[in-house]
Amino acid sequence: MPPELVATVALQGILTGLVYGLMALGLSVIFGVVRVVNFAHGEMMTIASYAAIVAFGAWNIDPLLSMVPIAMLLFALGYVMQSVLINPFINRPEHSQFILLAAVAIVMVNGLLMIFGPDARNVLVDYSLDSIEIGPLLVDKVRVITAGMAILITAALFAFFRLSHTGKAIRACADNHLGALVIGLNVKHLYALTFGIGSAIVGAAGAMMTLLIDTTPNIGPVFTLQAFVIVIVGGLGSMPGALLGGVLIGLSEAMSGLFFAPSAKTMFGVAILILVLLFRPQGLLGRRP
Amino acid sequence: MIARLTDGVPRRALILLGLLLAALLVAPLVVDAYVLSILILILYFAYTGQAWNVMMGFAGQLSLGHSLYVGVAAYTAAALYVHFGLGPWAGVWLAILISMAFGLVIGFLAFRFGIGGVYFALLTIAFAEFTRVGFDHFTWVNGSGGFFLPVTQSEDNDPFNLRGDPVMFYYLLLAITALAFLLCRWLLTGRIGYYWLAIREEPEAAQTLGINVFRCKMIAVAISAGMTALSGVFFAFYYNNLFPEQIFSMSRSIELILGPIIGGVGSLFGPILGAFVLTVLAETVTELMHALGYDIPGIKQVFYGICLGAVVLYLPNGIWPPLRKRLGLGDRS
Amino acid sequence: MSAAPLLAVEGISKSFRGLRAVSATSLSVPEGGIVSLIGPNGAGKTTCFNMIAGVFRPDEGSITFAGRRIDGLRPDLICRAGIGRTFQIVKPFKELSALDNVIVGALRAEADVRRARKKAEAVLDRLGMLDKRDQPAAQLTLPERKRLEVARALATEPKLLLLDEVMAGLRPTETDQMVAVFRDLNRQGVTILLIEHVMRAVMALSQQVVVLHYGEVIAAGAPEQVVRDPAVLECYLGEEADI
Repeated sequence: MPPELVATVALQGILTGLVYGLMALGLSVIFGVVRVVNFAHGEMMTIASYAAIVAFGAWNIDPLLSMVPIAMLLFALGYVMQSVLINPFINRPEHSQFILLAAVAIVMVNGLLMIFGPDARNVLVDYSLDSIEIGPLLVDKVRVITAGMAILITAALFAFFRLSHTGKAIRACADNHLGALVIGLNVKHLYALTFGIGSAIVGAAGAMMTLLIDTTPNIGPVFTLQAFVIVIVGGLGSMPGALLGGVLIGLSEAMSGLFFAPSAKTMFGVAILILVLLFRPQGLLGRRP
Repeated sequence: MIARLTDGVPRRALILLGLLLAALLVAPLVVDAYVLSILILILYFAYTGQAWNVMMGFAGQLSLGHSLYVGVAAYTAAALYVHFGLGPWAGVWLAILISMAFGLVIGFLAFRFGIGGVYFALLTIAFAEFTRVGFDHFTWVNGSGGFFLPVTQSEDNDPFNLRGDPVMFYYLLLAITALAFLLCRWLLTGRIGYYWLAIREEPEAAQTLGINVFRCKMIAVAISAGMTALSGVFFAFYYNNLFPEQIFSMSRSIELILGPIIGGVGSLFGPILGAFVLTVLAETVTELMHALGYDIPGIKQVFYGICLGAVVLYLPNGIWPPLRKRLGLGDRS
Repeated sequence: MSAAPLLAVEGISKSFRGLRAVSATSLSVPEGGIVSLIGPNGAGKTTCFNMIAGVFRPDEGSITFAGRRIDGLRPDLICRAGIGRTFQIVKPFKELSALDNVIVGALRAEADVRRARKKAEAVLDRLGMLDKRDQPAAQLTLPERKRLEVARALATEPKLLLLDEVMAGLRPTETDQMVAVFRDLNRQGVTILLIEHVMRAVMALSQQVVVLHYGEVIAAGAPEQVVRDPAVLECYLGEEADI
């Protein structure tokens, strides 16, 4: 196999992986603070994807622009979900939280199915087929742009958590729930805010994803699983970890598609997950609990 | 040893249980084919939910990958039948052993490396997914193209090869569901049952009382996987077709555990009640939507999801525990 | 002492992330004795217990029980060897009834559930908790949960009982009742090592007191003698101790 081809596929995989990483980052942020595993994460991403498809179909708005209002929409959805539905479940056992979110996921997948039907949809912008030359390699323009956006959004989020007052308050909540209550932080609001932020991130990722893959209602559960794999590999709660996990998964998918059957690609991701869970359960960049 | 099954069980609980069993025994004589198929579905979910409950409800280990055991066992028994002509009554033993082996490997890796809670749940999903993709490429059983059991057009029931009409399948399933109920009651009231509950509640304290936590968890996984295997074999011979995409899917795993969660995790009758409530609910919704002329794909599941959410929201312990309290049926039923 | 002690702890140490919690600590408990381990908060008492009970492996030193090395064994094996313990922060099986909690302990030595239940009832009775038998542990008061911890450990039929602050939060009359229970148990051959802040209980029960401070033994001996030790008085200065 020519080395240029391998390198090109690898680079494409890494770029796609960065967007995967952004999608998973939302899950990581939510779990890191609220300690609830969002089993409806991929489904929320699909909602954002359909919003971008509608915006493009109806008003011809580029997903790279519509992702801003879509992220805001998902923020609102996440905020309401946390404060109305999930908050009463914070101290309930995991299986109980899981069932609640599984129910939410079922409603989301099938709601989308009712509205949009089972057919695959995508967004074809006028630069969809353009390529960029990087040395001897030729990569898709959309992948470069979306990967760049993923890095930018992650950096902005990182700055928010490190520098802003609210971001610091959220981190305080994550470190010490009781302590945060004692010093008078409005934990309920901060949790809802965090869920909203995590949802906004997955919303942005979902909008961009329409440029990279076909959307059907059924990819929701697939991406929920994908997000789990990525954040566990990278380290739950670690922001650079999510991007690294995304890159690894994107790369392994691309490589297995090239060397084996494309249908075997999820197997490699899952194999990485199993290895990480067994030998480094805190994830590659996670802190030991 | 047998007396333990009825120790401390209120008389009325035994009477109610007897009435239920009698009703289920005569059911095929009075109901039509449609209702019978629903009853089979209920028993199938009741049985599988019972099996899952051993691991989660008793020993406190959340598995979200039980479709793995269903699928592996279904494929084992089906492949033995198709490739070697080995009937299900012989094949089921190997199916159980292989399912148990899968469970023990996952359990060993997870429990030795101290993986618990959400991480354990994700590990079980991961193994199920891994196996699903593996079977997609497993040409001996026709990969993703699906594996089919020969369907013979014969009037006679052949219970030895599990070829026959739904009534035969119904009674078979009723028998294993009843046996599973008794087995679980027997386990729960025995030493291992106490040990499991102790581990579920406080593993550290359990260990301090001399309990080998690792071994007890492994026993739970082995029993749960072995029991689940039986429902896989049933599935293969009842439906006659197997697709990795379906049988190993995460949504199948979720479907299996909704019954016990809705009914009441850790209770004995919960999985049965939960399966009944969920299946009847799902069918009612289908019928209702059909009657109203809303045949939009997905609408049934949306309604189903809303009901599910409502139950967990308002009945955190499931339907059965508050009900049995009201009926005065003791706390281990 | 002529005979070998039932429990001999020799020079055990334990550090957590470089912080030395217990440093070269030695103590011994004679068969049939009652020994108290006292000291200010953070002195390393519970860490000592956790090493004896198998939660942590000591970094150095040895622990010998009934003539057998037990350091580094898993907690369940330590229990089987004949050491029962309670937790300072109680860990009841919350959803189980008080009786079922104790049955779990009783099943250690008695595989038959019916006989284990009889035994558990007897243990609950002895600790004055038989009337609570059917209550879920989650609904018990803290002193009741402390007694439940003792009952559960006792049901495993230990030769040595490790009690971690079981008197804390009890009223004086309740403390005296517990003291009477332990004396009674001791007469029947159960050896006891206890961590305790309630000096009323320490003075009433112990044949020997070991004082731990900053992870080291600073005094050991008969109770009356130890409480007059200047080093002990100094370390307790400013600490509340109702001597």
